[in-house]
Amino acid sequence: MNTDVALILLQDGLVSGAVYVLLATALVLVFSVTRVVFVPQGDLVAFTALTLSAFEAGQPPGTVWILIVAAAIALALDVIEAVRLRDRLHATRSLLRFGLVPTVIVMAALFLVPKTAPLAWKMAVSAALIACLGPLIYRIVFQPLAAASPLVLLIAAVAAHLGLSSIGLHVFGAEGVRTEGFSGAPFALFGMIVTPQAVGVLASSVTVVTALYVFFRFSLRGRALLAAAHNRRGAEIVGISTVAAGRTVFLLTGIAAAISGLLIGPTTTLYYDSGFLLGLKGFVGAIVGGMAVYPLAAAGALLVGTVEAFASFWASAYRDVIVFLVIIPVLFWRSVSTVAPEDGLE
Amino acid sequence: MTRLIRFAPLLALVVAAASPVLLPVYQVEVITYVMIATIACLGLVLMTGIAGMVSFGQAAFVGLGAYVSGYLSTRLGCSAWIGLVGAVMTAGVVAGLIGAVTVRMSGHYLALTTLCFGISFYFLVGNSEMLGRFNGLTGIAPVSVGGFDLRSERQGYYLALVTIVLVMAWCRQLLASRTGRVLRSLRSGPAIAETFGANAYLYRLMAFVLAAVISSIAGWLYAHVQRFLSPTPFGLTASIDYLFMTVIGGSSQLWGALLGASLVTIIKHELQDLLKFVFGPTTRLELLVFAAIMIVVLQKARKGLWPLLEQRIAPKAAPTLDIEPMILPHRRPKPEHGLTVVTASHLERRFGGLVAVDDISFHVKSGEILGILGPNGAGKTTLFNLISGALSPSQGELSFLGAPLLRASARDMCRRGLSRTFQHAALVQDMTLLENVAIGATHLGRCGLFANSLRLDRTEERQLLGWSRHLLDRVGLADKAFELAGNLSLGHQRLLEIARALAADPVLLLLDEPAAGLRMNEKVALAELLAELRCEGLAIVLVEHDMDFVFRLADRLMVMNFGRRIAYGRPDDVRADSGVQEAYLGAAA
Repeated sequence: MNTDVALILLQDGLVSGAVYVLLATALVLVFSVTRVVFVPQGDLVAFTALTLSAFEAGQPPGTVWILIVAAAIALALDVIEAVRLRDRLHATRSLLRFGLVPTVIVMAALFLVPKTAPLAWKMAVSAALIACLGPLIYRIVFQPLAAASPLVLLIAAVAAHLGLSSIGLHVFGAEGVRTEGFSGAPFALFGMIVTPQAVGVLASSVTVVTALYVFFRFSLRGRALLAAAHNRRGAEIVGISTVAAGRTVFLLTGIAAAISGLLIGPTTTLYYDSGFLLGLKGFVGAIVGGMAVYPLAAAGALLVGTVEAFASFWASAYRDVIVFLVIIPVLFWRSVSTVAPEDGLE
Repeated sequence: MTRLIRFAPLLALVVAAASPVLLPVYQVEVITYVMIATIACLGLVLMTGIAGMVSFGQAAFVGLGAYVSGYLSTRLGCSAWIGLVGAVMTAGVVAGLIGAVTVRMSGHYLALTTLCFGISFYFLVGNSEMLGRFNGLTGIAPVSVGGFDLRSERQGYYLALVTIVLVMAWCRQLLASRTGRVLRSLRSGPAIAETFGANAYLYRLMAFVLAAVISSIAGWLYAHVQRFLSPTPFGLTASIDYLFMTVIGGSSQLWGALLGASLVTIIKHELQDLLKFVFGPTTRLELLVFAAIMIVVLQKARKGLWPLLEQRIAPKAAPTLDIEPMILPHRRPKPEHGLTVVTASHLERRFGGLVAVDDISFHVKSGEILGILGPNGAGKTTLFNLISGALSPSQGELSFLGAPLLRASARDMCRRGLSRTFQHAALVQDMTLLENVAIGATHLGRCGLFANSLRLDRTEERQLLGWSRHLLDRVGLADKAFELAGNLSLGHQRLLEIARALAADPVLLLLDEPAAGLRMNEKVALAELLAELRCEGLAIVLVEHDMDFVFRLADRLMVMNFGRRIAYGRPDDVRADSGVQEAYLGAAA
């Protein structure tokens, strides 16, 4: 291997690493607030690309049907609860949250995105569809399990992934898609050939991660989420609703997944079931950060991207194997440095 | 009716033995597959339901067993029996390596590692020339018994049936033993095992390795019944299937594995046919239904369906064992009355800038009760943890029976003669009272996995359970010996904790608020019991908020406030102490 190849691989690695950073950050975020290891994150990424691709083909995306069904279930659950509690305010909010908002987005997706619409608008509507799924998944799957242990939540997350990928096959079909990317000619930078796509991905990833950082550091809502993450009961006592915290964080993770999907869509062919491996690579990054430390998780995700790029050059058949086996030494290191054990199933 | 239920397993076995003769070949094959899946799920029950660890890679261990035996058979011409040994050993070693790295950490790390391992296994096998890539291995030899090859579907069925009965019997035997009791305590965390002298890390590792070994047996069976292998049935989807079967069936009971494997296989089969008819041949919507069932089970019946079914058909299990109460033959020699058991001098423990325990000195003698009093946040619990080895002091010295305590773990302290109860009762809810007490005697037993599996432990078990029975008699819970600990009132739970602590045959007993939540008459009974134990030469340290209870019972008292000792001496002197009155009642009371 010469330096040129190495530089290209490194660039490839950093670009996919940047997407994994986004995923890892979102995973750490969701985990620290709700104790959910959000496996379906990757599915949402793949669905975003599939949605955008449907818009590009001038068809209504299958995501619309997923959203309608999910919103109907969430609305039913929430309204039943409101009726049982005889809480009119709660019912009104549910109608807005799980009725009106999804309806508006679905209507926009069905009627306001002609084939000729600008790419940015198509991207925005795709992102809105996917982001909206985040809180719906939380309401249906995880909110009723709020008091459960992380392991139970993990099993539920895997079940949710299974359900999503099965419905994904149904509405999107088995064909893979590659979406349009940032256009423009490649240019040279420090002796490297750089594509606008690569720059776009890196810049977007940095922007989103910074925005999340600022949100958590400086906004009241962000700080409330951190409080809920730190101590559930304590947060409840000082008036922070952990249900609202969960919903917000799932909205954020939906947005992060959608952006990841928009970024990664042009670089690789995505199928309805590609998301799982993407999500898992985000995880490996998150695990490096111990599911808690954002900068470490980001570093881990970049490492995963780089390892993957080099592995696909040397031993492409074993690409995924190498990436996943990388975590074993990392876990070994963590296991030596960890003293306090941990949770059971109850 | 009850009698009928006792014979239900036997009846089921007869039906199972007769069915291949009566059913068409296709259904015989499906049932054989259900049995193989059940064996893999039995491994998961041990690991997930019993020891509280989740695996998303169990199919990889099934595959490991299958491929090792398949390779030995096709490439090296070994018999299936050599293949079985190879499969079991390889699975054991691989699981040992993975487990050694991950079981020390929180459960989701292990779960994610098994997931990564599962995916890696699939790709490794699929890309390995030696193992036939994605085309797989063909022409695996059938299992041969005494020169007779088991080739047909019906013969494969009987092989699976015999294997499942053996594995099930082994699991049952193991779970009812000393090793099994510790394993069953792990689901609620490592604290119980560690407090009573067992290394929770090693037991978790054991559960992980056992699960892998049992799964590899399922794989071996699969390889030699199917006689053809490809990577697909050992991929991630299969692992998720196994886990869901276990959870849906009921992960904490062995029968749950059978129920889950049967239900899931049959539902999936039927549903697939129906949905393909409605939505066309490529649909996989049955997975959505399956996922929905799983989520509803997790939300509404987290223990799975078997416990629900069990409630219906067998409302109350009658005790089948008759345990003779007995005193343990090889008890620890009690120290003579008045011997100093614990001495602490100038003990200090800091957490960052906070001094939780500040310059505390005291001692406890055998045949004496020392009460520790103090308002919330006075440092009582920290002191407790220092004595019991859960924390090590920042400064000062602590000695136990004359020997200094330096970084002694809770486990070591149990062996040296310290035993404790917890402020929030930490019992294994779905074990009987008798078994809960027997956990306390864990370190007094010798039989390990091997002896426990092969029933070489009968004498020891009779002693440990008899001793536990004796202690239940002492705390007045003998009539409930075979009830589940989860059904006890709070007061009874505390008594049970004391019985369990006594089962470790301690020299020093640490009691953390034993009277909290007790009714008046229960408190009187507890005080009598503690007084009796004192007469027998036990040293007791008691943290308690109930002033009356402590003042009446304790020989000496230590009062703490803000980490410092503010009074120390006989109850009457302490009662008269102005510092104590100030701390409890405000100034100038």
